[in-house]
Amino acid sequence: MSLNIDQIRGLFPVLHQEVHGKPLIYFDNAATTQKPQSVLDALSNYYGRDNSNIHRGAHALADRATQYYEETREAVREFVGAKEAAEIIFTKGTTESINLVAQTFGRKFIGKDDEIVISTMEHHSNIVPWQMLCEEKGAVLKIIPINDAGEIHFGEFEKLLSPKTKLVSIVHASNALGTINPVRKVIDAAHAVGARVLLDGAQSTSHLEINVQDLDCDFLAFSAHKLYGPTGLGVLYGKREILEAMPPFLGGGEMIKEVTFEKTTYNEIPFKFEAGTPNIADVIAFKSALDFIKQYGKPAIKAHEDALLAHANETMKPIRGFIPVGTAEEKVSVLSFNINGMHSFDVGQMLDAKGIAVRTGHHCTQPLMKRFGIEGTVRASFAVYNTKSEVDKMAEGLAQIARFKNK
Amino acid sequence: MSSIKDIQEEIVSEFEILGDDKESTVFYIMELGGSLGKFPENERKEENIIKGCQSKVWLIADDVDGKVHYQADSNTDITKGLISLLIRVLNNRSPEEILNAELNFINRIGMGSIIGSQRSNGLSAMIKQMKLYAFAFQTKQNA
Ligand SMILES: Cc1ncc(COP(=O)(O)O)c(C=O)c1O
Repeated sequence: MSLNIDQIRGLFPVLHQEVHGKPLIYFDNAATTQKPQSVLDALSNYYGRDNSNIHRGAHALADRATQYYEETREAVREFVGAKEAAEIIFTKGTTESINLVAQTFGRKFIGKDDEIVISTMEHHSNIVPWQMLCEEKGAVLKIIPINDAGEIHFGEFEKLLSPKTKLVSIVHASNALGTINPVRKVIDAAHAVGARVLLDGAQSTSHLEINVQDLDCDFLAFSAHKLYGPTGLGVLYGKREILEAMPPFLGGGEMIKEVTFEKTTYNEIPFKFEAGTPNIADVIAFKSALDFIKQYGKPAIKAHEDALLAHANETMKPIRGFIPVGTAEEKVSVLSFNINGMHSFDVGQMLDAKGIAVRTGHHCTQPLMKRFGIEGTVRASFAVYNTKSEVDKMAEGLAQIARFKNK
Repeated sequence: MSSIKDIQEEIVSEFEILGDDKESTVFYIMELGGSLGKFPENERKEENIIKGCQSKVWLIADDVDGKVHYQADSNTDITKGLISLLIRVLNNRSPEEILNAELNFINRIGMGSIIGSQRSNGLSAMIKQMKLYAFAFQTKQNA
């Protein structure tokens, strides 16, 4: 099915504005996507109609809010193909999901001289929590090297694995390069030595069909705001038996079964990991974002984005001084690049002056930038509502910017 | 030599000609960056980097016959352009003049909306460092 992009654009109020007197071209989707009207409506309906605290109230509003909240959990279960909704935990975002695993699973099951494997292309949020854990426990962090195209060396990865490996935590799709990692193979190889696998799905969940049971990953972390949903909300999927074996993360209300001053017993999953009043409004509105994706289907969305990326590659290539960064075979719709002799910040400011929103800098992947010997890149990342004519405008703009330095 | 006030007026009217067009403004600032004098390679070191700027900014100052002589550089052209404006206003003046200078041109040309609020903070850090140098030379001169 080919998508009616004009109609889809009509669902996103934010796209219809001018910045610096030019029509907005929003190419910063890997940082956060825009939200369709249905998500905005869901937020305002919740506060205007259903607002109340969930799970405990004995009244109509609380029942309603609880029902909607749990409906989102079920929708997320379906979205990632989990066996049961109890394996879906709501968090603040990918960052919190990874920290949760580090602070609970990690603290309990990773000890001195155990090894955690990550890749060179991780986001800082999939590096720092493990460094903190390693420091505390005397565990060791191992790094999978990558090639110049920005793909992991699978052979080197296999060499890193041993019975000491307790966890492999790897990004499914790189936010800085777009590389899609061969996670299926990674998971099988890790399981063969008895290691658990966490996938950072922040960038993959919006583009790729994901079924956690087929993949057999042990954890999957992602953020609603990169999926056309609200900010400040994320998901941690974990296999039931692992979640049950993990100690709680935060202590407080919701997560307990019974509290006495002598001893507290904990609630069942997922509530064990959702202490305190959760982000009810955003969870409820997230369902509308998932419905939006479901309506069009990820294969159609990805096909559109792939076409945009291919078109971008083609139109940018002839620009003098254009240096692509990250040229993996398998990519999501991320175009990372530099213009010879220019700082990414300058390029970004000049694009912004043309109404084109991109990201510049290290994209929270400093070790990766170091691997490429650069300070940062300009990153354009495409979503379902972007068009070829927007890509053409960026190519025109870039050609002019590049002439500034590459005369 | 024109006063600090006059030079600021000059800059404001130059930017007024560019009007609201962010594109020409950004290009203009980057062109200005090119006019920044060459920075001594041996001074491009950690202790001369100004903290609080997003881009790298190196700043040094010398006391030349009682006047403060600044030299600066950055890894981004836009920042270089901004520095060149500051240097144009403050260079080769007495520490007193620099310390008493009221730099209003930055707000008047709407720099916040041109470079974004984080960069504006960086600009403030630059000004503070320039004034700190002036203060140090003043203290030395009065000693
Ligand atoms: C690959 C990847 N991992 C983790 C994160 C962190 O996500 P959040 O800031 O929503 O917690 C991001 C967001 O930029 C990302 O792209």
